[in-house]
Amino acid sequence: MAALTDIRDAIRSRACSSREAVLACIEAIQACDPQLKAFVSYDGDRAIERAEEIDEQIEQGQPLGPLAGVPIAVKDNLCTSFGYTTCSSKMLEHFAAPYDAHVIQCLNAAGAVIIGKTNLDEFAMGSSTENSGLFQTKNPWDVSRVPGGSSGGSAAAVAARLVPAALGSDTGGSIRQPASFCGVTGLKPTYGRVSRYGLVAYGSSLDQIGPLAQDVRDAALLLGVIAGHDPRDSTSVQHDVPDYVAALDAPLTHVRIGVPAEYFGEGLDPEVRAAVEAALDVYRQRGAELVPVHLPHLAYAIACYYLIATAEASSNLARYDGVHYGYRSEKVTDYVDLYCASRQEGFGPEVRRRIMLGTFALSSGYYDAYYLKALKVRTLIRQDFEKAFEACDVIAGPVAPTPAFRLGEKASDPLSMYLADIYTISVNLAGLPGISIPCGRSADGLPIGLQLMGPHFGEAPLLRIAHEYQRETDWHTRTPPVCANGTKE
Amino acid sequence: MSTRDLETKPVIGLEIHVQLATRTKLFCGCPLEFGAEPNSRVCPVCLGMPGVLPVMNRTAFELAVRAATALHCDIARFTKWDRKSYYYPDLPKNYQISQYDLPFSSDGYFDVPVGETTKRVRILRVHLEEDAGKNLHDNPAVTLVDLNRTGTPLLEIVTQPDIESADEAYAFCTELQKLVTYLGVSEANMQMGHMRFEPNINVHITRDGVVYKTPIVEVKNLNSFRSVRGAVMYEIERQIQDWLADPTYTLENRGKENRGWNDTREITEFQRSKEEAHDYRYFPEPDLVPVEISEAWLAELQADIPELPLDRQQRLQDEVELSAADAATIVGDRATADLFEAAIAAGGHGITLGKQFISFWLRRAKERNTSIAGLGIDAERLGELSRLTADGTINATAAARIAEHMLDSADTPMAIAQREGLIQVKDVGQMQVWVDEAFAANAKAVQDAVSNPKKQQRARGFLTGQVMKLSAGQADPKIVGELIDKKLAELAAG
Ligand SMILES: [Zn+2]
Repeated sequence: MAALTDIRDAIRSRACSSREAVLACIEAIQACDPQLKAFVSYDGDRAIERAEEIDEQIEQGQPLGPLAGVPIAVKDNLCTSFGYTTCSSKMLEHFAAPYDAHVIQCLNAAGAVIIGKTNLDEFAMGSSTENSGLFQTKNPWDVSRVPGGSSGGSAAAVAARLVPAALGSDTGGSIRQPASFCGVTGLKPTYGRVSRYGLVAYGSSLDQIGPLAQDVRDAALLLGVIAGHDPRDSTSVQHDVPDYVAALDAPLTHVRIGVPAEYFGEGLDPEVRAAVEAALDVYRQRGAELVPVHLPHLAYAIACYYLIATAEASSNLARYDGVHYGYRSEKVTDYVDLYCASRQEGFGPEVRRRIMLGTFALSSGYYDAYYLKALKVRTLIRQDFEKAFEACDVIAGPVAPTPAFRLGEKASDPLSMYLADIYTISVNLAGLPGISIPCGRSADGLPIGLQLMGPHFGEAPLLRIAHEYQRETDWHTRTPPVCANGTKE
Repeated sequence: MSTRDLETKPVIGLEIHVQLATRTKLFCGCPLEFGAEPNSRVCPVCLGMPGVLPVMNRTAFELAVRAATALHCDIARFTKWDRKSYYYPDLPKNYQISQYDLPFSSDGYFDVPVGETTKRVRILRVHLEEDAGKNLHDNPAVTLVDLNRTGTPLLEIVTQPDIESADEAYAFCTELQKLVTYLGVSEANMQMGHMRFEPNINVHITRDGVVYKTPIVEVKNLNSFRSVRGAVMYEIERQIQDWLADPTYTLENRGKENRGWNDTREITEFQRSKEEAHDYRYFPEPDLVPVEISEAWLAELQADIPELPLDRQQRLQDEVELSAADAATIVGDRATADLFEAAIAAGGHGITLGKQFISFWLRRAKERNTSIAGLGIDAERLGELSRLTADGTINATAAARIAEHMLDSADTPMAIAQREGLIQVKDVGQMQVWVDEAFAANAKAVQDAVSNPKKQQRARGFLTGQVMKLSAGQADPKIVGELIDKKLAELAAG
């Protein structure tokens, strides 16, 4: 499966039809997904029908959207008026949303063909996709390992070239970390850049939808389609959407890359460190200036994040109560019972754990010590970044402390799993854009990611600088051994 | 011991929910419609579907600020929304979007007429929140949920505990209804549940110089003025009696408690106490941005606030010399008061118009289940009728007859008077002819009027009636009276 831009151009120039591109996707999914289990659902018939519509439009010479005829996958926490929107939870296993998320409408308007919906940690809570209430997704580079999470299905599908690109969501690293584990490019946009309308909420003040793609150019193309103000999301910002793809070819002069010492401290795997430092060298050789910066409150980011995200989650997930829709327990006698049993049976252990954590943090008598304090720390973290960006254009560091870990390795130790988010969550707390691009491989052959972080609404320069690295290197072009279509190593 | 030996001071605060008169709900575009088929005025947002987000209704916010401004509240320049969590089937998100620690307004007051004086009640805060749906328990085996009401904008008004009697509480509620309808903030239709009241009541009892406070009781969910008065009255007496029976019945020992009002038995009944109440786990609503208010917007809104009912009543008393009661009645309905003033502006006679409003038009309006404005008679004709009455062109009896005709014809009062022959005759010569005729035909009555002191008054009245009869009601009764007196005096002298 070729990259998004290539397929788009091929369809546009009639080198291939949308139907052919979609069929290739379906074949790849049929061949490969039984092993990877990246998809919760896909509907080949529906996709082919849609592709034929687009082909018809091309035939008639009608004006085409920027993604006309291109197959794409979306994370299964994005509401679609077709099929189910499960959030990989038993709670919503048979939930048919009555409407399309804003980003789904954007994709449809751009002419994209949505092939299917990808697996995630239940309600996007997790870093390995092992918390999916449905099944485990495997890492295409090593099927005994996790793909990362929570957008593990989207990352695995793009890495294995089952689809040219996919949408994910990122609350604490859920796009960037699986992108890093699977060796693809993943962007979390600025909070407010993309409308959250129709994204099933986990941590509302942190959630943001973004692209997972084979390279920066494709991520830029996809971002341009989904970004922009939406009156249905009051937190989406009225800020011009530049031509992110065109900006990639702008000349690049005197880039200052901030390097925070805190991102290279204890707990960082030596192989990851080496790969990230090598990437920084590439930039240096290209004339970039490496600037030491400080993010002193990084140490508090995990505690802060797990208070704010769980507090919001405890409230956001209160609606799944068995009364109005979703899973309802059979063995109940009264309505309190109905709530308790439906939620106990419908949610998995990690979701229940986070709901309890968040409920506790918001409880009377604990609010000031936990939630309110977390909000204050959040402000300090945001200020750390503001100060750092006075001295640099982007900040660089690792995405995750280690490459992909083994399935089950951390499943019994939630705390060590939480620590795996150390380098990604600050960006969510500060509402900044962050991108993960492949920058090397471990001795075991596992991908390693480089993270670049930019100031608010600095996606265009961020993508430009990330693109510069991919012009110099070819990590992003390598494909995993489990790969239906394309070059194997 | 009887209550007469005690000094008792009721302490009452009110929490009032007022439904705002917006076209659509507070956070989605669903129409507000009373009595629609259950669950037919809903969308993914007010159903609390996964992934939906609220968007604030600007009109609701404007109406809310209007009301708070009229209540003399400070308007916050920065206000935010909070989630209030509790589980109930009629609350689909299991949290309510409300305002907790930064309400959009606070620290106001409201002047309420109580008897001949005015009572000032301080307002603690006014905030905006969304209503829940309704659980229907018609069938005991199941609970049905109707979410049409979910997301309806509500204004919550909380007073300081400045109210001291059931009558004051009643006056506050009725005056507030007048205010919000005046401002166009709410239709305040009680039958549709647009206003709901929760009084907090306790009594400070002084005995032998020591003050005892009874537990604070919150009476939940009252939806009529009558029930507010009844519940407050009942509670004051009950609390005093309970304390007399058991001196440990105090706020200190019992804290706060909730009671419900039984409308049939007219008593309050115990409900769960406040200590057992939920921990609502308030926190800032992350899906909505805080509201920042500009000075210019606020100034524009303040300039747009009409004269308030109590001020208008005072002005009508001063300018038109209406009695306080008549002025209050006319001002009670804004459209009626507007019509009244328009009729005066069209040349109507103030005092006469006031009398006609109260004695005639109001009665006809009530018969038709509407307001005077709802009768559909224009200000020009109302004014003309009062003017014709005041200047003696028609008399009071004729005015009432003309008014009846005005209800179902568009003719002017003058045209009706002419058509019906109701113009008062002012030709003294003609009236003298009628007087002479009546005297001639009723010798016995003339005899009594002149010389029988016991029957004098009655006989005079009889003669007047006979003259009016001869004139077919058109004679000016005042001139007729003068002519009769003159003739009787001549006979007596003669
Ligand atoms: Zn709605």
